[in-house]
Amino acid sequence: MRTVRNFTKGIIRENPVLVLVLGTCPTLATSTSVINALGMGAAATIVLVLSNIVISALRKVIPDKVRIPCYIVLIAGLVTAVQMLVKAYAPTLDESLGIYLPLIVVNCIILGRAEMFASKNKVFASAVDGFGMGTGFTLALFLMAAIREVFGNGTFCGIEIPVLAENKISILTMAPGGFMVFGLLIAVVNKIGRHKPQKTDFGCQGCPQAEVCSKIVCSDEKEAEGVD
Amino acid sequence: MTKLIIILLSAVFINNYVLSKFLGICPFLGVSKKLNNAVGMSIAVIFVMLIATAATWPIQHYLLDPHDLGYLQTIVFILVIAALVQLVEIVLKRYIPSLHRSLGVYLPLITTNCAVLGVTILNISENYTFIEAMVNSLGSGLGFLIAMVMFSGVRSAIEGNDIPESFKGLPVTLVAAAITSLSFMGFGGVIENLFA
Repeated sequence: MRTVRNFTKGIIRENPVLVLVLGTCPTLATSTSVINALGMGAAATIVLVLSNIVISALRKVIPDKVRIPCYIVLIAGLVTAVQMLVKAYAPTLDESLGIYLPLIVVNCIILGRAEMFASKNKVFASAVDGFGMGTGFTLALFLMAAIREVFGNGTFCGIEIPVLAENKISILTMAPGGFMVFGLLIAVVNKIGRHKPQKTDFGCQGCPQAEVCSKIVCSDEKEAEGVD
Repeated sequence: MTKLIIILLSAVFINNYVLSKFLGICPFLGVSKKLNNAVGMSIAVIFVMLIATAATWPIQHYLLDPHDLGYLQTIVFILVIAALVQLVEIVLKRYIPSLHRSLGVYLPLITTNCAVLGVTILNISENYTFIEAMVNSLGSGLGFLIAMVMFSGVRSAIEGNDIPESFKGLPVTLVAAAITSLSFMGFGGVIENLFA
């Protein structure tokens, strides 16, 4: 069924973090513990689904020239609402996420899906797409956080694990560990799915600055691909 | 004065925006391949950070706080930054076309970048004065510059090597970033004890 396919593509085939490589900043920053990761993933998913719905509903009304500022205003409004909810009902999560909660506004995943999908498709399909992408994002975050927390801190969701807690690899919970685990995870995903499309097929088109970016970034990558 | 130097140095080395705070990763991974692009991007980032702080700090302290509108911070900041960058681009194109040719390409790319929004929000949450906020932004931009330049050197050194198939492209770049980040961790503890 097309809806199911729409949903599952965000989880595996076009996982926003591991395949499309969008939204890397919050991934690296909030994957230090599983609870933070799940909280961040949930917040981003809510914003993504709602913004996709609203933008898809308004897609015929928003003029093309000012669409990016419009999307940004909509997303910023949603993020402010989610921020207030989190501050009220989960203040510890708000403290541990820090500035990454308001930074969901500039998360490439949300702007990218709005630009690439929600502005061209119906409301229900956009909602499903948003939910799939959000779930994929949460899954990738959970995976990274699980590795970093279990081996770096010896705990899982705060519960200590017998052998690992005494032999922590603390570097994993710090900055370098984040980069390393992320790189290794993408390498594993590359190995498992050799047939997956390259980033240049999807990633650059999803980014709102695609016309500008293609001049410096994607053209570099196209050069490299051509030379290889 | 000492506090300003401490803020500057810690923004550049200890709390480096890219390597410890994970802000601005997208341009870091995307544009750091060639040295020219890296330097151009970083200068544009420093510029945007400075004008963004100069605009958003007064707005927060003279407009939002006195009228108890703190919850509008996210929306107002991102709109101000987007509008400001657009304005700067138009002005540059009209009056300093040479600068527009070299920097202008990166300006739209930085607008929706976590680094710029991040530095403006952090300036407020750390309760800096105006001068301290400007120094912090300058330091963050300089830290971004140093990280980008160093990293483009690292990447060009990796280029000619024999990389395993699954690691080609992003994974090996990320592992290299991990090691670069590790080297920056060595700066921890230096700044506080510099003026002790």
